Amino acid sequence: MDTYYDPKDLGRFQEIGKDAPELARKFFAYYGEVFAEGALSAREKALIGLAVAHTVQCPYCIDAYTVACLEKGSNLEEMTEALHVVTAIRGGASLVHGMQMRRQVEKLSL
Amino acid sequence: MVAMKMDAFLMETEFKDMLARQGLTLDRGENRTLQINVGYRCDLACRHCHLAAGPTRGELMTRATMQAVIAYARRGGFQVADVTGGAPELVPDLDYLLTGLAREVPQVMLRTNLTALEDDRRGHLLEICRQLRIVLVASFPAVTAAQVDAQRGQGVWSRSVAMLHQLNTLGYGLPDSGLELHLAANPGGAFLPQGQAAAERQFRRELAGRLGLAFNHLFIFANMPLGRFRTWLEQSGNAQDYMGKLTAAFNPQAVDGLMCRSLVSVAWDGILYDCDFNQAANLPMGGVRRHINEMDGPPEAGSTIATGRHCFACTAGAGFTCGGEIAA
Repeated sequence: MDTYYDPKDLGRFQEIGKDAPELARKFFAYYGEVFAEGALSAREKALIGLAVAHTVQCPYCIDAYTVACLEKGSNLEEMTEALHVVTAIRGGASLVHGMQMRRQVEKLSL
Repeated sequence: MVAMKMDAFLMETEFKDMLARQGLTLDRGENRTLQINVGYRCDLACRHCHLAAGPTRGELMTRATMQAVIAYARRGGFQVADVTGGAPELVPDLDYLLTGLAREVPQVMLRTNLTALEDDRRGHLLEICRQLRIVLVASFPAVTAAQVDAQRGQGVWSRSVAMLHQLNTLGYGLPDSGLELHLAANPGGAFLPQGQAAAERQFRRELAGRLGLAFNHLFIFANMPLGRFRTWLEQSGNAQDYMGKLTAAFNPQAVDGLMCRSLVSVAWDGILYDCDFNQAANLPMGGVRRHINEMDGPPEAGSTIATGRHCFACTAGAGFTCGGEIAA
């Protein structure tokens, strides 16, 4: 194996079902349902997918949801804003833990 | 993240082999539309143009060929005449052609890139269109200036928006005016377009809400791997993946509604094709090079349609035709 990630693996993803077909069938059926038009549009779901893909830092997902967003009619401005939403939450999640730090400091300090 | 598997067959298959694999045939049905490409000259040089139209192209329909087209429209019994280019506005005598077609065919459509309409000398053309109730189909690929300008040239967004305002002022695209204004959109690169209904909602929300613009319907098309777009696909390293994507998205249910089954395309020089894309691919109608003057009437139902790998762009997903998406 030359690299841990190979872009061709994305097109072969369904092979993951070879040794656990029933679980794969259920997963892919669920996955398809999740991203279908619903209370949220398929376009909105693709934007959420793109943002989460960056949060979990999955290169396959980033590749797939970049294309999905374009094919659902989103533009780079919207896609970039979606990334800032997750970036803000990730940053905020770190920063809000500062309250724990502050409580600890207050407890230990004169 | 769930992707369609693309095997070697999909990456290299010919369109006719895919039809055979699916047990399908593609032949002519009832003729409805006469599409007339009046020439490849255009004031723009869009990066997705399947004809590689542009300012330096010299192919323009002559008045003699226009007379032949009008005569064929009469004996062909077509329901729609669809005038395209290039930028048809740049062709001398376009008003002669439109006026002649309007006498012979119930509905005449004119495809416009909007910027070619803005020349003051063509003010009379807009008036002719309004008087003849000619349906306008305007290229308007996206709802952001950045995307439109990247695809069509710097400043094209603002010029297009200004022309749409002018058309609305004339009554085009307004409810109950009887003056139809449709928009034609395509993706900004090597990916498939979104569904037509969703795209129309998005365009209406953006254009009406943000810019106060009205239009009747949005037609959406996949980019055709021909001409300037094909060159870009090859130069950018996207050609193989894009063809694989189109092939993998083949929808057998789209075949019956393909425009080539009901359309005759005549080029600037009077040669006939099964569609405008075959014109770009130099595939004459039924594989036989014929001039419009050789035709006694419309092509026979059941006759052969010439195909190439680019045809996968019309059968991808819901499928696309000259009126946009075929079916969900």
